Amino acid sequence: MTPRQKKMTLFISVAVAAAGLVAWLVVSALNKDGGINFSYTPSDVYGNKAPQRTSFRVGGLVVANSVKRDKDGLTVRFELTDTVRNMPVVFTGILPDLFKEGKGAVVQGKLEADGTFHANEVLAKHDENYQAPEVKQALEQAKTAPAVKVGPVVTAAPAPAKL
Amino acid sequence: MIPELGHFSLIVALMLALLQGVLPIWGAARGNAVLMGLARPVAAGQFVFVAIAFCALAYAFLTSDFSVLYVAQNSNSHLPAHYRFAALWGGHEGSILLWTFLLTIWTIAVGQFSKHLPQEMVARVIGVMGLISVGFLLFMLFASNPFERLLPAPGDGRDLNPLLQDPGMVIHPPMLYMGYVGFSVAFAFAVSALLGGHLDATWARWSRPWTTVAWVFLTLGIALGSGWAYYEMGWGGWWFWDPVENASFMPWLAGTALIHSLAVTEKRAAFKSWTVLLAIGAFSLSLLGTFLVRSGVLTSVHAFTTDPRRGLFILVFLVVVIGASLFLYAWRAPRIGLGGKFEVVSRESFLLANNVLLSAAAATVFLGTLYPLFVQALTGGQSKLSVGEPYFEAVFLPLMVPMVVLMGLGPIARWKQVSLLDLLKRVRWAAVVSFVLAAVLPFLLGKWTPLIALGLFLAFWTMSTVLVDLRKRMLRDGGVKGQSPSYYGMQLAHFGIAVFIIGVTLVKGYETERDVRMAPGETTVAGGYTFRFDGVRDIEGPNYRGVQGRVIASKDDKTVAQLYPEKRVYNASGMPMTEASIDTGLFRDLYVSLGEPIPDSNGAWAVRVYHKPFVDWIWAGCVLMALGGILALSDRRYRIHAKRKLAGGPASDDVVRKKQPARAVADRRSKTA
Repeated sequence: MTPRQKKMTLFISVAVAAAGLVAWLVVSALNKDGGINFSYTPSDVYGNKAPQRTSFRVGGLVVANSVKRDKDGLTVRFELTDTVRNMPVVFTGILPDLFKEGKGAVVQGKLEADGTFHANEVLAKHDENYQAPEVKQALEQAKTAPAVKVGPVVTAAPAPAKL
Repeated sequence: MIPELGHFSLIVALMLALLQGVLPIWGAARGNAVLMGLARPVAAGQFVFVAIAFCALAYAFLTSDFSVLYVAQNSNSHLPAHYRFAALWGGHEGSILLWTFLLTIWTIAVGQFSKHLPQEMVARVIGVMGLISVGFLLFMLFASNPFERLLPAPGDGRDLNPLLQDPGMVIHPPMLYMGYVGFSVAFAFAVSALLGGHLDATWARWSRPWTTVAWVFLTLGIALGSGWAYYEMGWGGWWFWDPVENASFMPWLAGTALIHSLAVTEKRAAFKSWTVLLAIGAFSLSLLGTFLVRSGVLTSVHAFTTDPRRGLFILVFLVVVIGASLFLYAWRAPRIGLGGKFEVVSRESFLLANNVLLSAAAATVFLGTLYPLFVQALTGGQSKLSVGEPYFEAVFLPLMVPMVVLMGLGPIARWKQVSLLDLLKRVRWAAVVSFVLAAVLPFLLGKWTPLIALGLFLAFWTMSTVLVDLRKRMLRDGGVKGQSPSYYGMQLAHFGIAVFIIGVTLVKGYETERDVRMAPGETTVAGGYTFRFDGVRDIEGPNYRGVQGRVIASKDDKTVAQLYPEKRVYNASGMPMTEASIDTGLFRDLYVSLGEPIPDSNGAWAVRVYHKPFVDWIWAGCVLMALGGILALSDRRYRIHAKRKLAGGPASDDVVRKKQPARAVADRRSKTA
């Protein structure tokens, strides 16, 4: 090999190695817990469609009159619904500004053995008229699902008037 | 009437943009000086009409003309005047108008400051910018008209999103957009070079200041956005890897790579094709960023509108811009050539590594940001997912660590070839000192973790290598005057990175975040400070009502700060808003925000009490980077090349320096950034 070829070979092999390394980095990062969060609906969760050990997201509406606070003032219990099934959620911390009964919310966390969802994050989106895609998806799927109503049925809050 | 005038101005501007996009480029191709000469006047005309449209919309906002749909959606008669003005870019339509307005300003600036450039070059650059403007004006007129009427007009507007009612938000979007739009100049220069088939060191020297200006704006824009999120979102985070933050970060990464690649193209005439590709990439990512932010394609805190109607236009526009420029690249790049040769260990190879790492970082962020969209498209919308912070942190850190290590070596290494042994010898003390400091300091600060030590090492390494290089050059060239402003600019920016790393490392390593229940009179301790909650009182603002709490922070029984966090509810939208109260210091921030009142208690609230050491260093680092960019811009060589001929290659600088000491400072190109 001429020196030039040698150098080219070196550069190419370094480039290939670097590309491989980055690809490996990406794949391993995506596989981390919380790397990719699939979102489910409360019906999915009790239909055994959601993962057992890893964290995931659930979107739905906060059931009216379901928000309860423990004595410490920071542990909050509420129910999330897709209008078909209700899912009890427990969260310790301060809820976002736009968290409201009857409105959409997205929770991230794990499902514990007792059937309660332990959220480490609660998201409520930043516009009164905006509904997170996760919530929308949950409500839409519920509409098309067979009407097996187990939990108390909650009517969604009427859509805020649009201009 | 005024809104119709604005609408009409946009139509005229579109016509002018079409002329600006076609005639000068055609003229350049045929060597027709008259057609090329049209570039500047037509661009000026376009600027005037876009400015009229911009003023018309501003007027509608300031006079609260709610018969304009966009004003009704984003303003309110009780909104203070300065926010009424800033509300112009509070939504999608106005943002696009602002973008276009800034584009015409940049075009005028290019026309103004490139009088010494060959006429074909200027004609092509302004022409390409005209074509970009055509795209934006078409988009506004057909899919996103800010002047659309709403009849009958509502009594009052829906109000600007409370999160945006903040001084930081008044300047953040224009800054960011100045950066995005600024990369259109680098893009236009690259496309012009491809069209002309002529790309050399002189071309790189023309493009560099424009790219740097855009980069400075983008850096400041991102820093402002991050700072805004920190104090306005109410929970003290400064970066969330939110799709929209990523949207602004990707062009920044590509732009940073471009700045460094341009340096090599200017000094060594190497990396030519790569530089052009990066210029195309940086601008494409800017376009993508602009559209991702407000189109609602991605789940994000910034996506206020969810209007899929615009999706198609945006997609087509992106495909046309990126596709056409890449096609041009594939067709013409072979003519440009790869450029000068260099050895495996040289400043070129360090900069190459920097470019590879920055591009890889941009690619991984891109993947993480758009992955949910890809999956959704592939599964037909069945599978909703999001990519979270753990992904971004896991990919970003391993790429940035080698990058920062190499960043210390790059400026010390010589162009073309350097002995590795020699290089290591020169930095051995820097390495030892930073290693020891990084290993010991965390113990003194109270907690040792590998990540803290690593972060501190990178910061000290960067600082000490900057000092090593400064010292060496001063000894060699006699004092401070021996180096050009662009050299000092580079080192200042690198120093800024070190400051930034210190901020990130220490705040991540040593912050205290406490969410606590506090009744009036109760205290809590965070980071060595005692916080006493004194309860809340009612307050009333111009367009909101709320409560204001009082928290007294003290240390060693001495009052350090009085904090007044607020919880507001905006009248028009009914949106609640948390206003954090922050006591800023050089070494720490005390951050308090109100959560929610606790029912059935005597005035107790859930309160966030944070102690954030060195958090402001994060933004100070960004400001230093931007200042470095500004310093580099002040370099005389960007202004004295008027008399140089196009063919002036990168060689013979050292000869020039020896023969002409008077020009030596400005011309020391082969030695500086």
